[in-house]
Amino acid sequence: MTTHTLAPVRSGQRRRLSAGKLAAWLVVGLAIFITLAPFWWVVRTALSTKKDLLANPDSILPVGFTWLNFGRVLGQVDTATAIALGGSGQKINFWLFARNSAIVTSVTVVGQTFFSALAAYAFARLKFPLRDPLFNLYLAALMIPGIVTLIPNYLLIHRDLDWGNTFLGIVAPTLLMSPFAVFFLRQFFLGVNRELEEAAALDGAGTFGIFWRVILPISIPPIATLALLTFVGTWNSYFWPSLVGKDESVRVLTVALAVFKSQTPQGVPDWTGLMAATLISMIPTLGVFLLFGRRVVNSIQFTGFK
Amino acid sequence: MTPVAVPVAARPAWVRRWFSQETLVAWLFILPSLIGFVTFYAVPAVRGLYFSFTDWDMLKPPQFIGLDNYTQMFQDRQFWNSLGVTVYYVLLNIPAQTVLAILLAVMMDRVVKSTLLRSVFILPWLLPAVIVGTIWAWILNPALGPIGSIFRALSLTPPPFLGSPDQAMPSIALINIWQYTGNAALLVFAGLQTIPKEVYEAGAIDGASEGRLFWSITLPLLRPVLVFVLVTTIIGSFQVFDTIAVTTLGGPAGATRVIIWYIFEYAFNRFQMGYATAVAVVLFLILISITIIQMRVLKADTSDLA
Repeated sequence: MTTHTLAPVRSGQRRRLSAGKLAAWLVVGLAIFITLAPFWWVVRTALSTKKDLLANPDSILPVGFTWLNFGRVLGQVDTATAIALGGSGQKINFWLFARNSAIVTSVTVVGQTFFSALAAYAFARLKFPLRDPLFNLYLAALMIPGIVTLIPNYLLIHRDLDWGNTFLGIVAPTLLMSPFAVFFLRQFFLGVNRELEEAAALDGAGTFGIFWRVILPISIPPIATLALLTFVGTWNSYFWPSLVGKDESVRVLTVALAVFKSQTPQGVPDWTGLMAATLISMIPTLGVFLLFGRRVVNSIQFTGFK
Repeated sequence: MTPVAVPVAARPAWVRRWFSQETLVAWLFILPSLIGFVTFYAVPAVRGLYFSFTDWDMLKPPQFIGLDNYTQMFQDRQFWNSLGVTVYYVLLNIPAQTVLAILLAVMMDRVVKSTLLRSVFILPWLLPAVIVGTIWAWILNPALGPIGSIFRALSLTPPPFLGSPDQAMPSIALINIWQYTGNAALLVFAGLQTIPKEVYEAGAIDGASEGRLFWSITLPLLRPVLVFVLVTTIIGSFQVFDTIAVTTLGGPAGATRVIIWYIFEYAFNRFQMGYATAVAVVLFLILISITIIQMRVLKADTSDLA
């Protein structure tokens, strides 16, 4: 009897679902196309010769195929060739800027993650006076927009400490903590089974020993997720390094790219060089995406439910 | 008598609490992050507030001038203009992005089982805004970009996009919708996973249409996630800067001079640090008010699931 009444509903549902599924795939497919198509335009431009590109801007494929734009951006091509290809002929060396970005990012990721983890453990597990008010202060800092502290920090680094145009100046504000990192790890540590720590304490481990040998090893997944988010945020940051790291010796990729974009040799921006530079700057992000894309997706889902 | 000489049991409770071994260890754990917090968050926030009441210009020592910066700000037509431009941008960006994100999430929920495929949508979000801005400045180039090509193929004049005062801000919004919709969609998607399937089955048995199910089940149950997405994207949207720094530089004719750009010009082109921090403080107050209102109106913590 029940099957009788349910059967028509089900087949109707299936028909509606398959039409619905088709529509869903259309929407998702279109979204994937819109997401990925610009990347093809970058590749196609980076592999084109500027002169031919200007003559034939509508081509979907590279025009006047060449690898030289990459060589040019990495400083491997002599000045005359570079100018002939539409560059300014000025020495640009993205290796240097990539190295600077790598230094700034790795120091920040290691420092911020480690020191934030230490603090997060204390907030999650140790009992001490002023613990909760202090933690609430950290949380309050999450609400302050960057621009409010940016100007005082600029004055502190640039004038008071004279750390302008040094790596120390670029990394200092984010090296020792981020309110988000402390909050994120504390939430995780709160859920760690206390019995593990108690067992280690019985074996005579001190607080740091417990943190180092028990807590850190079992917290590798959330710590890796956090480190990944910090990596992306630091590698991508522009405003702060553009203020305190103008000098070429400490200039990071984002700043270098903005400077490159603002130059207009021969009257127009050097688009082929610019797209080659963009592609090179994307490599680490693409690497992270290919290796850890799933983890980032999962972490986005985690941050959505804090 | 010194406290050291007192046997442990005889010390008053507060001394035991404040000077216990656990407290000392805890403070050692907290110390690095506390140095970072005090130096680069707490003190700068207070200093910023103080600067906002001074005429500091980095040349002569700051003079306390009371509310002069604030009265000057409220009388400055450019300030109101950049506030208007910012609100215009938020209105162009957020509704479209949120609706697209919900649509994409619902469609993904139906057909996309693989995390790998879904992770495609975080790719733009992983990239620096500087790179995304550069790529889109090229794609929206009327003479050489692919969108211009489409218009020419249809014998139409390509729109100037970033080059005209009318279209510059919508173009910036378009760029940022491209960059952030995927991330927002993944958050909403994660929210969808928390809705029990039985709720839909019950609704379907009652004969509710798909549209009806969406409006009376999906949207209300998504409320906590939607509040999170709206609060974070609106706060981020009010602080748009990097994209503008590599595309329009606040132009043409001030059409994209958003509030952060306005602050940036006063602080780092005119070095009127006092005035610039005052604007930053006002922005902070605006953002805090918006957050509180949103939390109240949308009742952030209550899901209809409970």
